[in-house]
Amino acid sequence: MSVLVYVEQVDGKFKKSVFEAVSYAKAIADNQGGNLTAIAIGNVDESELKALGNYGASKVLNVTNDQLKNFVNQAYASIIAEAAKKENADIVVLSNSFSGKGLAPRIAVKLKAGLVDGAVELPKTDGGKFSVKKIAFSGKAFAITELTSAVKIIALNPNAFGVKETTGNITIESFSPEVKATDLTAIVKEIVRATNKISLPDAELVVSAGRGLKGPENWGMIEELADLLGAATACSKPVSDADWRPHSEHVGQTGIAISPNLYIAIGISGAIQHLAGVSSSKVIVVINKDPEAPFFKVADYGIVGDAFEVVPKLIEALKAHKG
Amino acid sequence: MKILVCISNVPDTTTKITFTNDNTQFNTAGVQFIVNPYDEIALSRAIELCEGGKGTVTVINVGESQTEPTIRKALAIGADDAVRINAAPRDAYFTAYQIAEYAKTTDFDMILCGRESIDYNGSQVAAMIGEFLDIPSISIIKKLDYDGSTATIEREIEGGKEIVSVSGKFVASCAEGTAEPKIPNMRGIMSARTKPLQAIEAKEIEQVSKIDSFETPPPRGTVKLVPADETAKLIDLLHQEAKVI
Ligand SMILES: Cc1cc2nc3c(=O)[nH]c(=O)nc-3n(C[C@H](O)[C@H](O)[C@H](O)COP(=O)(O)OP(=O)(O)OC[C@H]3O[C@@H](n4cnc5c(N)ncnc54)[C@H](O)[C@@H]3O)c2cc1C
Ligand SMILES: Nc1ncnc2c1ncn2[C@@H]1O[C@H](COP(=O)(O)O)[C@@H](O)[C@H]1O
Repeated sequence: MSVLVYVEQVDGKFKKSVFEAVSYAKAIADNQGGNLTAIAIGNVDESELKALGNYGASKVLNVTNDQLKNFVNQAYASIIAEAAKKENADIVVLSNSFSGKGLAPRIAVKLKAGLVDGAVELPKTDGGKFSVKKIAFSGKAFAITELTSAVKIIALNPNAFGVKETTGNITIESFSPEVKATDLTAIVKEIVRATNKISLPDAELVVSAGRGLKGPENWGMIEELADLLGAATACSKPVSDADWRPHSEHVGQTGIAISPNLYIAIGISGAIQHLAGVSSSKVIVVINKDPEAPFFKVADYGIVGDAFEVVPKLIEALKAHKG
Repeated sequence: MKILVCISNVPDTTTKITFTNDNTQFNTAGVQFIVNPYDEIALSRAIELCEGGKGTVTVINVGESQTEPTIRKALAIGADDAVRINAAPRDAYFTAYQIAEYAKTTDFDMILCGRESIDYNGSQVAAMIGEFLDIPSISIIKKLDYDGSTATIEREIEGGKEIVSVSGKFVASCAEGTAEPKIPNMRGIMSARTKPLQAIEAKEIEQVSKIDSFETPPPRGTVKLVPADETAKLIDLLHQEAKVI
């Protein structure tokens, strides 16, 4: 029994979601009595690779190849599938990130493997069945999905499992499978990344605002609140449709689905399509001037009031709290 | 140019999701089915790229005969013809295989999907089609330009975007931003009735997954309201009680 986890790097470093995926994969390996190998592609600092040991990986396959500096899912999928074969992996774990979504399905086809994406719990193996709970209907439900194939692939939702530290030794092994030219036909021309911003899908805290804010010029206080909290910013669909905010911030049924520890919704009514993407947040705070706003029905904490008065006061209170 | 657009048939976004048969089946009673919203975006971009006689758009759906109204809706929006693979889509692996097998019989320049179907939220079909056909797949795109042989694509990444260039055939899954969804007009609706819709039989492939049952999230407790002038109390509750800050 062996588990392989793909550790996605960004500029040679790992993000929290990677340590979460390793922690999750380690728990599976322990439950099934097996060992955990990680695979890293691109140029990752040695200290980063060693850090994977703190989350339970006993070996990391390190693929360094200048052709693979940028993410090309075809080539990456081939390498991960090769690694899975080499390690006789029964289970392959990835983060359900943007890249993970492009990668996992290709690996699944290569290994004739069933894939659960958006997993939110450890697999259950009752009665010889291997099943995993995943988000379905945009967060309005969960689907318990059984994987019936020999090799199984799981893409873990960010923030679903948490990071679990352990102690252990890790060996770094260089791995250099051949890369087919036909796997490199898509060419990355440019990467634009706002490094100072917390990315929404990974964020533990999210401050979100809707049409109640009246116009893009009023987002200053939303950003200030988010900065103070160390939160990412999000918005409702009409807000991004009107170009008040970028589409990448739009959450909900047709935007992205998130499950942060804290979701603060300001001037958002709580339409069913909006709730679909945010209702699996652990704690929801709603600020709305309408006490009848449907969002209050799914909120944990609420303030009925005008955002233009409440948010500046909240910022003051937060500053005071932080001292 | 020939573009194939994959359409899934999903419950309307306002649907209250319930299950029957001991939570093993989605309850379709009274549910309105629609073209998956992301597939509408993919279709709209395909139609834009083919405008002015530059090409044709074929829509494909893996589904049983009850999905035909949804396929007709896609024809009304502006697809030229349609194919239905006659089978209940048992999982993404099965669905992608059917679409890839069909695509092998016709010479498509690109295959467009939605970023995910809003029912099972797989985000799997597009990249699986790419792998079955051994062609590039770009997932979750926000922009697609095509000069007749090379596509320039903007793909979403955490906290930013990546610009990718692909020459030759490819698959992409479209998110918001790729196009404004088109709304069918009267002429579109009339002509959709007579556009070709071909049904073909599915092919067998090994089963790799199945859904055993569903769960609905536990209901939340009632909201704790804090007076508008006591924001410090809210911060305190989030810190002490909820322990999230
Ligand atoms: C197919 C489909 C898909 C959709 N997908 C999504 C999706 O993914 N995400 C999404 O968000 N929506 C989606 N929608 C739209 C959704 O139905 C709602 O229209 C939308 O969420 C409403 O956005 P809002 O709450 O910002 O605006 P509104 O509904 O206009 O609500 C504004 C709220 O602000 C409050 N307010 C006003 N002024 C103030 C103030 N000064 N202080 C405090 N509160 C104030 C009001 O009381 C109100 O509750 C979708 C719709 C369809 C049909
Ligand atoms: N049954 C189906 N028939 C045709 N296309 C589908 C079907 N299911 C999914 N797709 C396509 O694949 C995309 C992603 O779906 P999924 O992988 O199920 O989230 C959808 O947006 C559609 O474009």
